[in-house]
Amino acid sequence: MPAVQETIDQVRKIDVDQYKYGFETEIEMDKAPKGLNEDIIRLISAKKDEPEWMLEWRLGAFRRWMTLEEPKWARVQYPEIDFQDIHYYAAPKSTPGPTSLDEVDPELLRTYEKLGIPLREQEILAGVQKPAASELEEANDNVYKSGRVAVDAVFDSVSVVTTFKKELAQAGVIFCSISEAIREHPELVKKYLGSVVPTTDNYYATLNSAVFTDGSFVFVPKGVRCPMELSTYFRINEKGTGQFERTLIIAEEGSYVSYLEGCTAPQRDENQLHAAVVELIALDDAEIKYSTVQNWYPGDAEGKGGIYNFVTKRGDCRGDRSKISWTQVETGSAITWKYPSCILRGDDSQGEFYSIAVSNGYQQIDSGTKMIHLGKNTTSRVISKGIAAGFSQNTYRGQISAHRKATNARNFTNCDSLLIGDQCGAHTVPYIEAKNSTAQFEHEATTSKISEDQKFYVMQRGIPEEEAIALIVNGFVKDVIQELPMEFAVEAQKLIGISLEGSVG
Amino acid sequence: MLEIKNLHARIAEDGTEIIRGLNLTVKAGEVAAIMGPNGSGKSTLSYVLAGREDYEVTEGEILYNGESILEMDPAERAASGIFLAFQYPMEIPGVATMEFLKVAMNAQRKARGEEPLTIPEFLKRVKAAAGTLDMDMAMLKRPLNVGFSGGEKKRAEILQMKLLQPKLCVLDETDSGLDIDALKIVADGVNALRSPDRAIVVITHYQRLLEHIVPDTVHVLYKGQVIKSGDKSLAMELEANGYAGIIEEAA
Ligand SMILES: Nc1ncnc2c1ncn2[C@@H]1O[C@H](COP(=O)(O)OP(=O)(O)O)[C@@H](O)[C@H]1O
Ligand SMILES: [Mg+2]
Repeated sequence: MPAVQETIDQVRKIDVDQYKYGFETEIEMDKAPKGLNEDIIRLISAKKDEPEWMLEWRLGAFRRWMTLEEPKWARVQYPEIDFQDIHYYAAPKSTPGPTSLDEVDPELLRTYEKLGIPLREQEILAGVQKPAASELEEANDNVYKSGRVAVDAVFDSVSVVTTFKKELAQAGVIFCSISEAIREHPELVKKYLGSVVPTTDNYYATLNSAVFTDGSFVFVPKGVRCPMELSTYFRINEKGTGQFERTLIIAEEGSYVSYLEGCTAPQRDENQLHAAVVELIALDDAEIKYSTVQNWYPGDAEGKGGIYNFVTKRGDCRGDRSKISWTQVETGSAITWKYPSCILRGDDSQGEFYSIAVSNGYQQIDSGTKMIHLGKNTTSRVISKGIAAGFSQNTYRGQISAHRKATNARNFTNCDSLLIGDQCGAHTVPYIEAKNSTAQFEHEATTSKISEDQKFYVMQRGIPEEEAIALIVNGFVKDVIQELPMEFAVEAQKLIGISLEGSVG
Repeated sequence: MLEIKNLHARIAEDGTEIIRGLNLTVKAGEVAAIMGPNGSGKSTLSYVLAGREDYEVTEGEILYNGESILEMDPAERAASGIFLAFQYPMEIPGVATMEFLKVAMNAQRKARGEEPLTIPEFLKRVKAAAGTLDMDMAMLKRPLNVGFSGGEKKRAEILQMKLLQPKLCVLDETDSGLDIDALKIVADGVNALRSPDRAIVVITHYQRLLEHIVPDTVHVLYKGQVIKSGDKSLAMELEANGYAGIIEEAA
């Protein structure tokens, strides 16, 4: 049936090429020369006005990194990365550091506007970004909370603006770029930076420790419930640059914070490296909810270009009864290597990982979580939904372990994969290790294909094939979507639909 | 409205022919009943009409308003007004019935170049239709057909039919699994849709449903062919004497 094949081929072509954030912003940049050596690190540190101890920390990490080898155990394949062929620092000339909104280059503001990211506080206050809370949503049990979000916008290597800082400060919450935190709150940074992901942790985390350029810093003091959602939007714009951001979130005793991270990048033929480190610390009775909507450029229909996303995210439930919850919607990047994890150190602490990973085209995802039970009566919950389409490979890799002293550790893992078409692959690699005999770990896993019966039924109601698939897939991931802050749930659903465009075949 | 001429269709996978030279004409405004023993090809006919890919048409024609629909995919056929109430409705986990209704209605509106429904208008329509079918709005928050009883699934099918306002309605064994009260409600729902510009094809193998939805014509399907057509008295005859006589007659 050549006619059918032709349609399939055409549909495949539009595929990932429809990435709608692929535009580039023309802006004058201040860039470090390509290459990585101690001088470059000194330059980054100087650009950021860093204290001496920070520079030493970076140099220590760099010396360590020189002795390490790139990890090869993930189920991803890519040509060797030339780490000397990357710019490690690129910043818009007009904005040397965080500024107030009035000082930000209008071109930058337009970029974020195009991306649909609210930076103008008065607009946010006027409710521009608030999705229409309707009776229908009510019928669906989706009750929208008032949609106020504070944003930190990171453009290539620097944070360009942080909104709602004043209002947050009144509540005692510090929300700023990590560069600013290093200058303004060195005691906090010194105490916590690297305390969850040490500089020696792994190849990419060590690299990040040496060259990180910006990222967000959040500190929520004892007993404070952060009055709004916090979020950071990362944008890689400049050619040939890597983005190495560093995020540190500290929730003191009895506090609560919900944080969301979003990412996009222009469409380019070359691959760009993104190696972030995120550290979360929750003290006694504190709760951190961290959500990610990752939509880096995935490469074109032939698998050319796209972001290499090598990320280390780890949360430390340091205090008793603390809770850390990771929710991720991963639709972008050519390669994703990412395992947001929880160290359940405090007694009765809880860790959660909710994940939707969608791969299409030639994308490769190797993602999952580690739940490390150290304290007594610790519980963890893992819900992973992998959707593979096109020629993509989608792997869930999870590790659940209970330490000798972790009496009554509990884990529940549910890991479902959905295949669209027969050229893609879904894999599940669970490791389980219990050194305490009272541990109870449950693991469920399913792999299914979208059923022809279901698709036919949905199409019989007049819903075109691609929409029918998006609808069924969104049903499949519902349990995880529910974990996202309401403001982003609708967005994430749309994104999943877009990512699967052209997946039919 | 619907003209099926010498239709032959087989299972795409193994080539088994199920529909073997079937002829059937249904006019606008008509209610046609298709009866026949189990396994005679009634459901297959409904799937072929709706454009299911698992079946291949090898010969013959299906004309809808004078035009062949064989090249159209199921969504296009649906948007052109063909609706199938399934014998076994599919479960769609994670998709609230309400959400599904909205997506379906707006998809068809889009295909016709119309604006999506406003939320209040949509809700008004759903509440009205659900009310006449004695369906609880709370049920519509649940994922479509997931955990619905047999009767609830059938009602949900009729609800969709009422909301989508199709021109050609095909109901496949809608009576099975319904108690007598539910049967009346469903039949009233179907009768309310009778109109001069709409055709309704009722597939059943019992006379019972036809007491409530009185057909204009009755066609007996056997081994993939219509072996006898008549008016509603044919259904009574079948009820009294069974299929054996007619099958012998045709052989
Ligand atoms: N997809 C299929 N695969 C295998 N056999 C099928 C398939 N579809 C229909 N059949 C067979 O075709 C015949 C007619 O089935 P069906 O149309 O369901 O009959 P009815 O609805 O009249 O009871 C039966 O023998 C059935 O087993
Ligand atoms: Mg049947």
